[in-house]
Amino acid sequence: MNIAAQINSILAALVLLTAFGLLVQRRIYGLLHLFAWQGLFLSISTGLVGYVARQHHLYISSILTLALKVIVLPYILHTLIVRLKIHKEVETVVNIPTTMLMGIALVIFSYHLTAPIRELSTLVTRSTIAVALATVMLGLLMMITRRHAVTQIIGFLAMENGLFFAATSATYGMPLVVELGVGLDILIAAFIFGIFFFHIRETFDSLDVEQMARLKEEE
Amino acid sequence: MNVFSPLFVMCLQFIAVLFAAPAFAGWVRMVKCWFQGRKSAGLFQPYRDIFKLLNKDVVLAENASWIFRFTPFLVFGTTVLAGVIIPILSIDLPLSATADAIALVALFTIARFFTALAGLDIGTAFGGMGSSREKTVASMSEPAMLMAIFTVSLVSQSTSISHMVNVIAHGEFVLRPSLAFALLAFILIALAETGRIPVDNPATHLELTMIHEAMILEYSGRHLALIEWAGMMKLFLFTTLGIALFFPWGIAAAGDITFLPVAILLLLIKLFFAGIGLVLIEIGLAKMRLFRIQEFLGSAFLFATLGLLSYFMLE
Repeated sequence: MNIAAQINSILAALVLLTAFGLLVQRRIYGLLHLFAWQGLFLSISTGLVGYVARQHHLYISSILTLALKVIVLPYILHTLIVRLKIHKEVETVVNIPTTMLMGIALVIFSYHLTAPIRELSTLVTRSTIAVALATVMLGLLMMITRRHAVTQIIGFLAMENGLFFAATSATYGMPLVVELGVGLDILIAAFIFGIFFFHIRETFDSLDVEQMARLKEEE
Repeated sequence: MNVFSPLFVMCLQFIAVLFAAPAFAGWVRMVKCWFQGRKSAGLFQPYRDIFKLLNKDVVLAENASWIFRFTPFLVFGTTVLAGVIIPILSIDLPLSATADAIALVALFTIARFFTALAGLDIGTAFGGMGSSREKTVASMSEPAMLMAIFTVSLVSQSTSISHMVNVIAHGEFVLRPSLAFALLAFILIALAETGRIPVDNPATHLELTMIHEAMILEYSGRHLALIEWAGMMKLFLFTTLGIALFFPWGIAAAGDITFLPVAILLLLIKLFFAGIGLVLIEIGLAKMRLFRIQEFLGSAFLFATLGLLSYFMLE
């Protein structure tokens, strides 16, 4: 393994670590920080892959990731949390050690799933595909096991991070147009989520999505 | 010369483990005092404590059985044995062939098991409580410890500690995410195993929070001296095991006896920084609630497993 691949593996490991950090973190500001860190590692990794593979459009993706996922999105979410005066502790559906074990199982599953692709691929980044898929799975797990709308959104964004990472490690990134589109979508989504949060809270006085079960006609 | 050198190294290491461990414990206490703005009792206070306790009479409870009297010697003995298995100064240890990493964990477990038995043996409420808590911590920290060590043995393709250290110290240098995860796990486990702050407080005698102290509350005189000494050695051994597995550069190679002074100097420097690091962790964290320990050790297990997995996935 050459040195760039080694550094990329370390970055992949850090992305995986932050994905697990998001699963076990109890405080909502901690979640935001971890999400920003994940974006930072992703951005560095993308830039590195762009440099090694001489794919210069990846530099733009990297800068886009840095701007959007490290600065803008955490800032928007932070403002939302402050405005909505959200309770600082995160409530989970399943307790944290169980979530961790489920997370480990998901990592093994994604390793098993991507093993054939790894055999076929010749890219520098082929070993990080499993990590990318695991990050997607862990984001999904986070969306399932959290009760609050804001933490579910962070899970969703972490999932998107995983998909982005998968694109970089499987095919050296999507075409630039697609990536710009996805970045814009994510930004718009964040705004829409913000408006949505305000509506949920006005209707239920809480951001607990369990409350939505009440949205049915009286029998 | 070549016949005697491993024996010489072993004797040197035996003496180092016995007599450097209290100094390391003293160093940790000293740095902690400085950081907390207190005046420290000096580097040699642990020696004075041990010497004082060795000269005192033993007070035994009426219903103490042989287990209670036997435990201090067993704890001391297994810890010293562990001390000549872990390569601290040189890789060339004759006794390291007798026990691999799994046996090493088992040695620490035997000591722990008997300490818990001795806590129960005397029949006081505190002893039983301490033993129960100690076993709770042990049941979660040992699997994580084994997983962390297995990660390193995967990298070096062996469970013999000497061989593991040799591969990492003298093999090709590769950035390995698996070892980084294993190191993280190892730090968390070492904090739990040696009873340092987020899990247990070595300085407390407050009844509600103590774990290790609760079990050995009834010991006195030379028994207490041996247990305290073994505790200091355990701290020293966990630190040096961490150094040997994750930062072994500078350890003397097999048969290279002239390199020993350099190895000793490097070890002292590493211990100097390890002590400061340990204190920084301890003063940065508050002691955890007992029911949070499962989360703490659960994350240690998670890191160790991730290390194991990332060996397969990323390397």
